[in-house]
Amino acid sequence: MIPDHVAVISIVVFLLTAIIIPLVSRWGDRLPYAMAVAACAVVFILNAIGLPAVLAAGEIHYALGGWEPPIGIELVLDPLSAFFVLMISGVAGIVLWHSSRPVPAELPGRGSVFYSAALLTLGALSGMVLTGDLFNLYVFLEIAALSGYALLGSGTARAAAATFRYLILGTVGASLYLLGIGLIFLETGTLNMADLSAILAVTGLSPLLVIGIVFIVAGIGLKMALFPLHLWLPDVYTAGSTTATALIAPLGTKVAAYVLFRLLFFVLEPDWVRVDLPVTTVIGWLGAAGIVWGSIMAIAQDNLRRMLAYSSVAQIGYIALGLGLGNAHGFIGAMLHALNHACMKACLFLVSGNLRAAGRSQSIAELDHSLQRSMPWTAAAFTLAAISMIGLPPLAGFFSKWYLLLGSWEQGSWIFLAVIVISSLLNAVYFFRVIERMYLAGGAKTDDKAPERLDRHVNLVAPAVVLGVGLLLLGFANVVIVNFLIRPMLPGGF
Amino acid sequence: MTELVHDYYAYWFCFGLLTLGLYGMLLKRNLVKKVIGLSIFQVSIILFFIIAAYKDGGTVPVLDERLGVAESAYYINPLPHTLMLTAIVVGVATLGVAFALLIRIYGKYGTLDEDVLIERMK
Repeated sequence: MIPDHVAVISIVVFLLTAIIIPLVSRWGDRLPYAMAVAACAVVFILNAIGLPAVLAAGEIHYALGGWEPPIGIELVLDPLSAFFVLMISGVAGIVLWHSSRPVPAELPGRGSVFYSAALLTLGALSGMVLTGDLFNLYVFLEIAALSGYALLGSGTARAAAATFRYLILGTVGASLYLLGIGLIFLETGTLNMADLSAILAVTGLSPLLVIGIVFIVAGIGLKMALFPLHLWLPDVYTAGSTTATALIAPLGTKVAAYVLFRLLFFVLEPDWVRVDLPVTTVIGWLGAAGIVWGSIMAIAQDNLRRMLAYSSVAQIGYIALGLGLGNAHGFIGAMLHALNHACMKACLFLVSGNLRAAGRSQSIAELDHSLQRSMPWTAAAFTLAAISMIGLPPLAGFFSKWYLLLGSWEQGSWIFLAVIVISSLLNAVYFFRVIERMYLAGGAKTDDKAPERLDRHVNLVAPAVVLGVGLLLLGFANVVIVNFLIRPMLPGGF
Repeated sequence: MTELVHDYYAYWFCFGLLTLGLYGMLLKRNLVKKVIGLSIFQVSIILFFIIAAYKDGGTVPVLDERLGVAESAYYINPLPHTLMLTAIVVGVATLGVAFALLIRIYGKYGTLDEDVLIERMK
């Protein structure tokens, strides 16, 4: 019975906990933290039950309020959405576990509000993934965005200024999406994705629909920071507080990418967007440009967080490139990369948070091997995630790039092939630069006395290490993940 | 050619508002003016839905005894209006968050002019 209700309970758990947290926070300072982590754990377990059920029995539809679709709003749990909710709750749970120290240190006295906003964001992201209704998706998109602005904008005034820019561009993106679904609604008279798909199969594409699709792709492109719409991203990730960035950076842009996958390949016929209307080609080329540009800009940065932010632009490019290939291997590569990158980026931002917690600067030039001596576990986690980012086997990052390479090979896109290979080299340049300084650069004269151990707080170190080791496990388990989780979600026509 | 103006003037007006909002958001240097532009942009999209739902000679979607249920074509589709109620709420919430951020920025840097702000943030 549980699998039938997984979709709705996942969202309700997040939203309800978000409301309860401010109410109960007066009874204990640690209570919001514990409840937030517990909510993620509950949703993770629920979807761990729901995913096998969906794989065995097919997708589960849940009509909200008993109103049957297409009149009512429905939630859909299928292999793709269950996979994404599992990823959201898993990564968010680990990031929130890490937050026990950074949040009180960076946002004193505002812990309960912070966790409330964090859970609102997570609930809305899960909602975006699970919903089967275009307008409902817009509402969840805006809830995720608004609580995301609150998360990222709290902290320093610099973060507020960066977030204001994000708010302006993000709202333009959401409004363009709304305009797009408006045009689609005018043409077809429905907002339900399954219903829309059935109607379009009969009527085919019309000019109004094409304009609607273009608006939607542009709007969601802004949200997922697709090159050249990524300009809001670096400042926001650099200035944001540790936990807010580690929460939004791995998840926010991925869920926007998910929306594109859902709309282009599941609601529309894949052949329309691949052949008749070359949307995927455009997205793929923008992705490829983003990979190169993001990697080059990352090399030019001295601030570790800013470097990671530009690397996010590049990694979103990989997912867009996988979408652009429009074949099975591209799809698999993009999905696997979404999962891998969520773990890698969360781990790297947690490491940067640990540096901040230890009172160290974020400047790469000031790193030296005293860091490795005083924080060996943190440095090890960084190294694992960085190597995975570059794409060396057996870490997870290698396999997603491998599938993308296979997809490019099948398509005969030699330029994409070259872009992936070159960008791996560029990744190596900017990550080895950090690793080299961390392990080899002699710096301050700390060698004579025993270094002070800074990573003795389990809550700071363990989450980063878990994510780092998780990357190894994901790498070893990639065949299982691809064959049992990702292949069943391939849309028809692949 | 005239019907393009005559039949669609409301859409042209809406398009004009959209452009105006975009202009305010992207080119004005004052942050409050950017928020005003944002608001105009959102309102133009809300108006677009409302204009599209309008039907010449249509009536409110409440059962009218003279029409009955058979002449359903005369009733206006209420869905766009209800959708836009939600969109208005979203717009208000966006304005709230935007102003909260602006208060934080003004409190720290003492300006809302983008050029001055960028200068002071260095």
